[in-house]
Amino acid sequence: MSGHVAASGAPVLRADDLWKSFGERDVLRGVSVSLAAHEVVALIGSSGSGKSTLLRCLGLLEPIDDGRIWLGELDISDPRVDGNRVRARLGAVFQSYNLFPHLSVLDNVTLASRVVHRMPRARAEERAHDLLARVGLAEFATAHPDRLSGGQQQRAAIVRAIATDPEVLLLDEITSALDPELVGEVLELVRALAADGTTILMATHEMAFARDVADRVVFLDEGVIVEEGTAASVFAAPQHPRTQAFLSRFSG
Amino acid sequence: MTIHSPSALELERRAFRRGRQRRSVLVAIASSLVFAAIVWASVINTPGWASVQQAFFDPQIALQSLPKIWDGFLINLQVLGISLVTVSAVALLIAVLRTVRGPVFFPLRVLAAAYTDLFRGLPFIIVLYLIGFGVPTIMNTRIPVVVLGVVAVTLTYSSYVAEVLRAGIEAVHPSQRLAARALGLGYVQTLRRVVLPQAVRKVTPPLMNDFISMQKDVGLISILGAIDAIAAARSSASLSYNFTPYVVAGILFILLAIPTIRVTDWYTARLREREQQGSIL
Repeated sequence: MSGHVAASGAPVLRADDLWKSFGERDVLRGVSVSLAAHEVVALIGSSGSGKSTLLRCLGLLEPIDDGRIWLGELDISDPRVDGNRVRARLGAVFQSYNLFPHLSVLDNVTLASRVVHRMPRARAEERAHDLLARVGLAEFATAHPDRLSGGQQQRAAIVRAIATDPEVLLLDEITSALDPELVGEVLELVRALAADGTTILMATHEMAFARDVADRVVFLDEGVIVEEGTAASVFAAPQHPRTQAFLSRFSG
Repeated sequence: MTIHSPSALELERRAFRRGRQRRSVLVAIASSLVFAAIVWASVINTPGWASVQQAFFDPQIALQSLPKIWDGFLINLQVLGISLVTVSAVALLIAVLRTVRGPVFFPLRVLAAAYTDLFRGLPFIIVLYLIGFGVPTIMNTRIPVVVLGVVAVTLTYSSYVAEVLRAGIEAVHPSQRLAARALGLGYVQTLRRVVLPQAVRKVTPPLMNDFISMQKDVGLISILGAIDAIAAARSSASLSYNFTPYVVAGILFILLAIPTIRVTDWYTARLREREQQGSIL
């Protein structure tokens, strides 16, 4: 992990005692989590443990039932806060890319800059071209997303998310929909972003990657954080039986 | 360019396929000839055909009536052109009103729903009478027939087009709205930049269908006293005691519709090709 910018200072994003249910089902049951600047935190746990819901709640893409969320000094769970302005400060990447099929890759990447951040088109495109070149997608700038492979689409989606310099990047199992051979190229990009000091919270099933790149690991089980700690300690010596059971399935 | 030279087996297969192709072409020609012979024997080679031809397809009367019918047709085109703009605007507004959430918009939602129910149920000809004769009567002024026609067409067609657009808006996958919201786009920005462009593409074929329907229905303004293509045909027909002018007017409407139909086919094919976002996930 050489070249990694050290995590430091007051939390950039902090959640306190989050509750969320869908109908009768409690998906988050009092989750508290915090992210320091430049920190990379991996959210692990089996399917249905609440990882995606937690990310969506933190990104104000899903209303919470109880608890508080702070982005810097701002309580973003306060309904008086303008959600659009909060979301504009965050970046999110989804499992199924969700690129806009009617827009070119370039327009996908520049949309938020132009429309939300009111950046002149020329400047937004200049920056987008730079970013696309950095992730090896320069030649696809004018193509529509359907011309790209899954891995390329996901890299484009990541570029779209970081184009506006978000304070936190929320990655929701971004390699789960990819063919195994395409996973690597996406993870390499995330690794590079982490090395650049991007603050990242990622739900992932890629344990080797999480161990390698994450500063901290949070294990979520049935809507509760049962264990968290440095990646090294959690993976080397999990304390909670549920964590042990979960990780043993990956130690192949 | 392939550098592979086909094997003897493949060459034999190709020869077989070519033979099959030749055979099906011959079969098609033969069956067409038989069909033409049957039509000729049962329709054209009958004593009634001459009178049919005389009453509906008299070339001289067609030529005579064409200039007047064409002048009238321009009025239909005028109504169509203006209605295209007004229908698009009104329908879009209604469709959006029907999809907005929030209690503040409840009365607007109900109003929009009532409007589409009412005008999709009401026969167009009744709308024409009510607007075309009713409105000038209560306002006690002369209103150009073109304006009345446009209003009637807009009222009726906006309700259909609004429902088609609404279906398109609802067909855009929720993950697209989610992605737009995650970027910080507001409701209107999401609608305009992400949802509507995709919605319109999804419903282009049914929209074009409504447009073709509208191309024909602008002909109904003749009942308001406009000297449009159909009214011109009617007067020519009654003068010559021959139905050919109606056929002439009909052909003009068909000629108007065909390009729209072809453009629709071409456009949807191109869209499919360019944006084929498979139904994965």
